[in-house]
Amino acid sequence: MQRIGVFICHCGTNIAGTVDVKAVAEALSHEAGVVFSTDYQYMCSESGQQLMREAIREHRLTGIVVGSCSPRMHEATFRKAAAAEGLNSYMVEIANLREHVSWIHKDMKEATEKAIILGRAAIAKVHLNAPLQAGESPVTKRALVIGGGIAGIQTALDIAEAGFEVDIVEKSPTIGGKMAQLDKTFPTLDCAACILTPKMVDAAQHEKITIYAYSELEAVKGYIGNFKAQIRRKARFVDETKCTGCGICTEKCPMKKAPNEFNMGFDKRGAVYIPFAQAVPKVATIDADYCLMLKNGKCGICSKVCGAGAIDYKQQDEIIEREYGAIVAATGFNPIDAKVYGEYGYGTCPDVVTSLELERLMNAAGPTNGTLLRPSDKEHPHTVVFVQCVGSRCTETDERGKPYCSKICCMYTAKHAMLIREKYPDTDVYVFYIDVRTPGKNFDEFYRRAVEQYGVHYIKGMVGKVTQNGKQLRVQASDLLAGEQLHINADLVVLATAIEPDKTARSIGTMLTASMDTNDFFTEAHPKLRPVESPTAGIFLSGVCQGPKDIPETVSQASACAAKVIGVLAKDKLTCNPCVASSDELLCNGCSSCEKVCPYGAITYTDKEFRGPNRTTLIRRVASVNPAVCQGCGACTVACPSGAMDLKGFTNKQIMAEVDAICK
Amino acid sequence: MQVTEYKPKIVAFCCNWCSYAGADGAGSARLSYPEEVKIIRVPCSCRVNPMFILRAFQRGADGVIIAGCHPGDCHYTSGNYFTRRRMALLFSMLDYLGIERERTRVEWISAAEGAKFSKTMTEFCATVAALGENKRLEDLRCKK
Amino acid sequence: MSHSNHATEQVLRSSGVDVRKCMRCGKCTATCPAFDEMEYHPHQFVYMVEKGEIEKLAASPSIYKCLSCFACVDRCPRGVEPAKLVEAVRLSVIRKQGQNHMSPDAIPALLDEDMPQQLFVTALRKYSK
Repeated sequence: MQRIGVFICHCGTNIAGTVDVKAVAEALSHEAGVVFSTDYQYMCSESGQQLMREAIREHRLTGIVVGSCSPRMHEATFRKAAAAEGLNSYMVEIANLREHVSWIHKDMKEATEKAIILGRAAIAKVHLNAPLQAGESPVTKRALVIGGGIAGIQTALDIAEAGFEVDIVEKSPTIGGKMAQLDKTFPTLDCAACILTPKMVDAAQHEKITIYAYSELEAVKGYIGNFKAQIRRKARFVDETKCTGCGICTEKCPMKKAPNEFNMGFDKRGAVYIPFAQAVPKVATIDADYCLMLKNGKCGICSKVCGAGAIDYKQQDEIIEREYGAIVAATGFNPIDAKVYGEYGYGTCPDVVTSLELERLMNAAGPTNGTLLRPSDKEHPHTVVFVQCVGSRCTETDERGKPYCSKICCMYTAKHAMLIREKYPDTDVYVFYIDVRTPGKNFDEFYRRAVEQYGVHYIKGMVGKVTQNGKQLRVQASDLLAGEQLHINADLVVLATAIEPDKTARSIGTMLTASMDTNDFFTEAHPKLRPVESPTAGIFLSGVCQGPKDIPETVSQASACAAKVIGVLAKDKLTCNPCVASSDELLCNGCSSCEKVCPYGAITYTDKEFRGPNRTTLIRRVASVNPAVCQGCGACTVACPSGAMDLKGFTNKQIMAEVDAICK
Repeated sequence: MQVTEYKPKIVAFCCNWCSYAGADGAGSARLSYPEEVKIIRVPCSCRVNPMFILRAFQRGADGVIIAGCHPGDCHYTSGNYFTRRRMALLFSMLDYLGIERERTRVEWISAAEGAKFSKTMTEFCATVAALGENKRLEDLRCKK
Repeated sequence: MSHSNHATEQVLRSSGVDVRKCMRCGKCTATCPAFDEMEYHPHQFVYMVEKGEIEKLAASPSIYKCLSCFACVDRCPRGVEPAKLVEAVRLSVIRKQGQNHMSPDAIPALLDEDMPQQLFVTALRKYSK
């Protein structure tokens, strides 16, 4: 039997004005188990807390009921006061007499009755309360960043600057991501490489950062503070420690037929290659799909010319295992495949390109050395048509496109249009738009400059189809403001294709048990107040993997993400919420129902030995909950058919006792 | 027999993150609703076991309402979806047993929706009051 | 914008089109092969139905100029299906004029391999009541 103390707060006149607090304290003093009952002007004040502490001492109280304001307000205060007197803080329950009674009711009699009933419910619950201990778990002071684009690099640099070890895992041979492929960046038009490559070098040289390029995440286990990750280091067939990045092998490689991904396939690279001059790590990689030596054992030229002896045709994939305290998803994006839009002629007409392809065609380090030439005949285009929203803003049910706005297209199209008009003033540039969306610092000014200073023709309407017409492209479009259908003979058509999360995001999300939306973007813990955390503790989000973003936004989110990671890593121990699920192994029948509904993957099954009849032992499959991962939602408790699963602090019995007290 | 004004007994299960905060919001804004509504705090609407609702009816409750975060806003990402499915099943079973559909309800009330909380509770009370006392599932042995 | 208008409701119901899904991109009009022939273009059709201006549309020769090629339906990113609206308005006019003199039994005999399926569907709808 508990020895319960009841404390009814006046809250000045906030409660006492409508509720007869003396009557409530008196009525509750007759409840079973209540050994002390009183009322006080301000329970939360220093003297109120003192009153509670003295009562705990004097009356050897084992449970406390406070009739006061919302538990969301002062539950922590009263718990702390109880703990100071040596009583477990989870033996305190609050009856909400202010927000739920005095503030909403006017009739003193009725309000007092309700207050007594709420008090009874709280007493009924306290009877069944058990002391709970908040567990602690240690923190591995190292972070993992998945993805080496600008988001991953920025997050890694910020975490490393705070003095923690960071590993970057990047699936391609170099870090840099999409930003490395860009020509100029809006709205300032500084060159992407000039601002990105120093950051790549910083990351490579930082003593706290380890870059695992050409590597992929294989598996993740564990929970916040204690993740274990397996990383597959794919075979480069080049010893990273020996290769000096001189590039002789790439020049001498006789197999020059591999499409150059970095240049969006506009030119060819060797079977052994370094993606671009400023690659980090600057190490050659052999493409096993094209290498003659690896395919049929004949060639070996790269090995002969390599002065450092770095070529190793026998290299195998290697799996390394590391421990981390926090994991950052920075998996980035890709443009959608524009081939699904047959009406725009992408894939059939060579002069229809995507915006990312145009970036390479205009980049000084690109296949045309920065001169804008048509892919088909390497001539200067004189009429360029841009099509906006290709695959963005479609219906949810659309099979080809995405329902969201890709956010960056309006601005990069304005940039492209402006750059083309600046370099080649004899070129006519048309932009077909649905809406021009430019919310951002200096963004609308930028777009207006494209129209007013550079004379780009912005036409409200859409392109219906693009067909090859001799050497030119025939663009059929609508001009909604003029109510006309336009037929333009263009030399180059640029599609502002929608962006989508990288294909690997879904499998990584599953590995991390991080939730994702229907578009495969990672979901944030709260859309407004916790935008860089995943609902899964210890998983953080950086960059476009969470939703479409431009570079300035990505960088600020990456830094915010780093701050959150540092917040975890700076702690030596993490305190867990003790109100978590726990399973009664004797009742559990191993059905896995709970495991299926757990959004955090906190429930695992193990085979355990139990004593059977006649001195036999039985092996049974039973559920166990990891208290460090469980967030205490209680979904499993309802899913459990045998009643083995219960939630501490909100047990079935406790809630039913409250129901009983209310319905009495 | 003394005739008194009939007051239904209503149990409201509110999730800690949205609806309980919404109820606090209604309080702070002094938006009244009938005192018949008694709130039980649960971490998430998905913590509400169908047993709790049956228990409430057994003990003489006249209506039960569950309030949780709006779909997609659940603090635990997916809890309210479970609630939605479970309660759809339970309520149809209760309907079969003769507990009118109007006596049970699931509502999505966010922490910012104090006004909605008060409006919903007032409406629900009126609906339940119009139905009269719940006698169908009430266990008279519990009355002693 | 009134939706209470009976004619509008009938057109919306018989076409099954949700005009509010339109984001006014104009891809339907950009794609329309009969553009030059039409007084009102596909995007205007959607907008005018939304505004309840069925009478103007019904009186316009546009409804007979639409080829029912469904290019606008196919390419609409929002799934609005303007051609179905054109057809619905056309049907409402035809019905009003009392021109349904063909009996459903006569349709099979008229079927032809070269006949567009759309025509068959239209006929079926027209006589199914």
